[in-house]
Amino acid sequence: MKIIENIFKFNGGVKAQTRKSISTKVGIQKIGIPKYLKIPLRQHIGNLPKLKVKEGDVVLKGQLIAEADGSVSAAIHAPTSGKIKSIEKILLPHPSGLPDYGVIIESDMKDKWIKKIPINWAKIGVEATIKALQNSGIVGLGGAAFPSHLKMGSKATKINTLIVNAAECEPYITCDDMVMRERSEDLINGIELVESLLGAKNTIIGIEDNKPEALSQLQFHTKSHKNISIKVVPTIYPSGDAKRLIFLINGIKIPKGKRSSEYGIQMFNVATIIAIYRYISFGEPSLSRITTISGNITKPQNYEVLFGTPLKALINQSGGQKIKNDNFIMGGPMMGFKLPSIDVPVTKAMNCVLGAEPEMIEDKKEPLPCIRCAKCAEACPVSLQPQELYWFSKSDQFEKAQEYKLFDCIECGCCSYVCPSNIPLVQFYRYAKSELISEFRAQEEADVARERNEFRIMRLERERQERAERNAKRRAQSSKEEKSKLIDEKRAAISAAMDRIKEYEKKK
Amino acid sequence: MLIAILVLILLALIIGLVLGFSSIKFKVKGDPIVEKIDAILPQTQCGQCSYPGCKPYAKAIASGEADINQCPPGGEDGVKALAELMGVEYKPLDESHGITKPKSVAFIDEDTCIGCTLCIQACPVDAILGAAKQMHTIIEKECTGCELCLPPCPVDCITMEVIEENAENWKWKYPVYSLSKKTAKVQ
Amino acid sequence: MFNQQSPFIQKTSSVTQVMLLVMLALIPGILVYVYYFGFGVLFNLSAAIITALVSEFIILKMRGLSVKNYITDGSAIVAASLLAISIPSIAPWWIIVIGTLFTIVIAKHLYGGLGSNLFNPAMVGYAALLISFPAIMTKWPQPIEYLSIHEHLNIFLYGLKEKVDGFTSATPLDFIKTQLFLGNKVIDTSSYQSYADATKIIGIGYLLGGIFLWYKKIITWHLPITFIISLFVIASIFWLIDPIQFQNPMTHILSGGSLLCAFFIITDPVSGPTTPKGKIIFALGVAVLVYLIRVFGGYPEGIAFAVIFMNICVPLIDKYSQPKVFGHD
Repeated sequence: MKIIENIFKFNGGVKAQTRKSISTKVGIQKIGIPKYLKIPLRQHIGNLPKLKVKEGDVVLKGQLIAEADGSVSAAIHAPTSGKIKSIEKILLPHPSGLPDYGVIIESDMKDKWIKKIPINWAKIGVEATIKALQNSGIVGLGGAAFPSHLKMGSKATKINTLIVNAAECEPYITCDDMVMRERSEDLINGIELVESLLGAKNTIIGIEDNKPEALSQLQFHTKSHKNISIKVVPTIYPSGDAKRLIFLINGIKIPKGKRSSEYGIQMFNVATIIAIYRYISFGEPSLSRITTISGNITKPQNYEVLFGTPLKALINQSGGQKIKNDNFIMGGPMMGFKLPSIDVPVTKAMNCVLGAEPEMIEDKKEPLPCIRCAKCAEACPVSLQPQELYWFSKSDQFEKAQEYKLFDCIECGCCSYVCPSNIPLVQFYRYAKSELISEFRAQEEADVARERNEFRIMRLERERQERAERNAKRRAQSSKEEKSKLIDEKRAAISAAMDRIKEYEKKK
Repeated sequence: MLIAILVLILLALIIGLVLGFSSIKFKVKGDPIVEKIDAILPQTQCGQCSYPGCKPYAKAIASGEADINQCPPGGEDGVKALAELMGVEYKPLDESHGITKPKSVAFIDEDTCIGCTLCIQACPVDAILGAAKQMHTIIEKECTGCELCLPPCPVDCITMEVIEENAENWKWKYPVYSLSKKTAKVQ
Repeated sequence: MFNQQSPFIQKTSSVTQVMLLVMLALIPGILVYVYYFGFGVLFNLSAAIITALVSEFIILKMRGLSVKNYITDGSAIVAASLLAISIPSIAPWWIIVIGTLFTIVIAKHLYGGLGSNLFNPAMVGYAALLISFPAIMTKWPQPIEYLSIHEHLNIFLYGLKEKVDGFTSATPLDFIKTQLFLGNKVIDTSSYQSYADATKIIGIGYLLGGIFLWYKKIITWHLPITFIISLFVIASIFWLIDPIQFQNPMTHILSGGSLLCAFFIITDPVSGPTTPKGKIIFALGVAVLVYLIRVFGGYPEGIAFAVIFMNICVPLIDKYSQPKVFGHD
């Protein structure tokens, strides 16, 4: 173990009040098994998984209920034992507030495990292990929910460094902090395991300097590990963004559209590493996570929650809101979103739930026009020009916005945070990105339609030609045959007539 | 006088040669403008523009035969894009060709379908599956919503269904706030 | 609706706050100014601010904008103040009123109001006055030739009468230009020495304010530092070529409001460039133009014209000075 000192500082970022200490006073507690669990099928980036159960089936804890469909997809398991009550559209914790498919399990309260099968990765080989990982249902638990097996490497890229993202830069969120304080041993074991699976030579843990307890735990447990080093990064939001953290640690700037693996680096969140470790060493698939509940909450703290547990159970357990306004935010205050409804289940991406402080949701001061002060550009960790992007997005000049690298924007919210005119800049970027993405999709669909239409025209033309050819052939053929037939018939008729004459004459 | 005439003739000859040479040397195969127009058109292939598909309409625009505002599925944005490409003034959509409808797909009521294959023949993008005397079904992903399959159906078993907002195609909305008191009151 | 999306927390800053800090930063400069040139400065300032607020109020009403939100942003007050302290302390009230109206109504609101003005409003107002009333705009009192408040008020209300003409002086830059024009090779500096000393001290007042703004992160170093260095370098080159014909560089930097320009005029965010590189280009351009107009142009002071000219170039500068986006080369 060693501590890396030198720092590469990225442009901008903001120093917001972290407000983390309010939810770290007590350790991680478990939320009891609820009567009904609503498990959405879409809990990750990628394809909807294929359902493996039907209504009325009895399932055990850890049993596969939906299998990954294609490589960019993740499996879903029963978080507890019980009966599949129904498969229907349920409300998701998503900014749209739109329903999507999910499985509702009626718990039998026995929490009976299916037979756990640990994976002997040394025996079956790395490739088979990575394949098996796809059935673990593990996705990035930092909030992005990207299927983890996809990050485990391919033959084309060689991973040298594993970076463990322990920065947790968003205000309020402390789930990774608490995990490191209480489960450092699992984390270190997991790091060893992931490192070997990736074939990485060394590991760097990137952690913000506002987590001294977690840091001392890490230092204690990594004492004897020469290949694991720790890098303490300053508390500047968004240091926990993957590409920003890589830069802070290695000084490598990875642009939009490139993966860190192309640079020999792979990054995993703390909780994800532990989940991988639990799956491979103990055969436990991804069934629960640690979620922070904080903000305007009576007892802010961290809970271990089964996926599918109603959010209400979590809220009730933590005593509900201090100041009642029934508004909750999923994720942190910088990048999270207001939950359209609290009738939603806890999902793999739910790292934090905030009871909204009144000042977070009440009518803010009305925005003034942009005065081009460029405070946003100074704060932008991607070195974009938010004031220009705002202008283009606002006036629907999406192509221009793209030219100014709109899609490099990570929506971290730093620009809106510092804007003296109080302009909701990020909202304009989200809108512009949404519009562009739907334009791309429409363009793709149009291309497919064009291709199919051209193919059809070609096919009709070909069919027409073929038919014409066939007809011509038949005509040519039939006339030849007919002629000879006709001649034959005539000849036959003549000979028949001759025969008849002969017979007639004979009779005579 | 004579020299001047000679010089001019010579000049004309040289220029003519250059022009003639470049017309052969830099000859453009096909008509790039047609491709560009076709790229803007939504490829619904619905024929509402009174041409039998998007490509023929593109050709008609390129030759000046058709106007730029005859494509209802492309909507106002489509007209704007065409106006910009062609360097002409924007004009509102000609409603005699139809109005812009929300994107929808055809849906066949499989209980009513008699398997006549008439719709299959009408579909411009081969998005209907089925054979004679067997019920037909629509490949939803490929359907452009052109409605060309509706009129031939003898039993009226095809309906158009608007694609509703779902978790996959959901979009962030334009942030609405007002700088002006007057508009705030209107809202 | 707009507060329903992240980020849900915000730094407490506002346009009002920014403008307030700018006003605070102006105070040392104004105090020194009053000390040297008398109470007329304060009359000018109050007249400008009152005119600005009244015209701003009327136009906001006419445009149907929220008067409460916009009049408190303070931008009108800042623009009017910058204009007022650029005008000689012995200017009559109607000069101030006309200049301020030009600044607020034409340069600001006719271009779309806060955030939309293409040109620096104070400099547009100043340029309009300089072109229209060159005599009044170049007549400064002798520093510390104390006039009583009463006399100042008189001048302010009724304009400068012939009999008090004796105490006015030309600015050093103006003086030298005139002398050179008359063919004098050796210039007696004593005639404007006291004026030059006064502007130096006022300049230092603005410098202090500028450092305060930089410390408060309202402005970045790019514009003022580039401007001062560029002006110094250009002036030095000419001065080394011919120290008689050309002023020494320090005089250029410490006179004629160069420091006011460096810290308060070109740092106007609305009409200026936004990128760091763009700011450097902009300040360099202003410095070159200021020097050329001062030395070779028809006007004694070139800041207003230089700034307005460079304002025209801002969209172009911004477009071609985009910083590298993270990870892109």
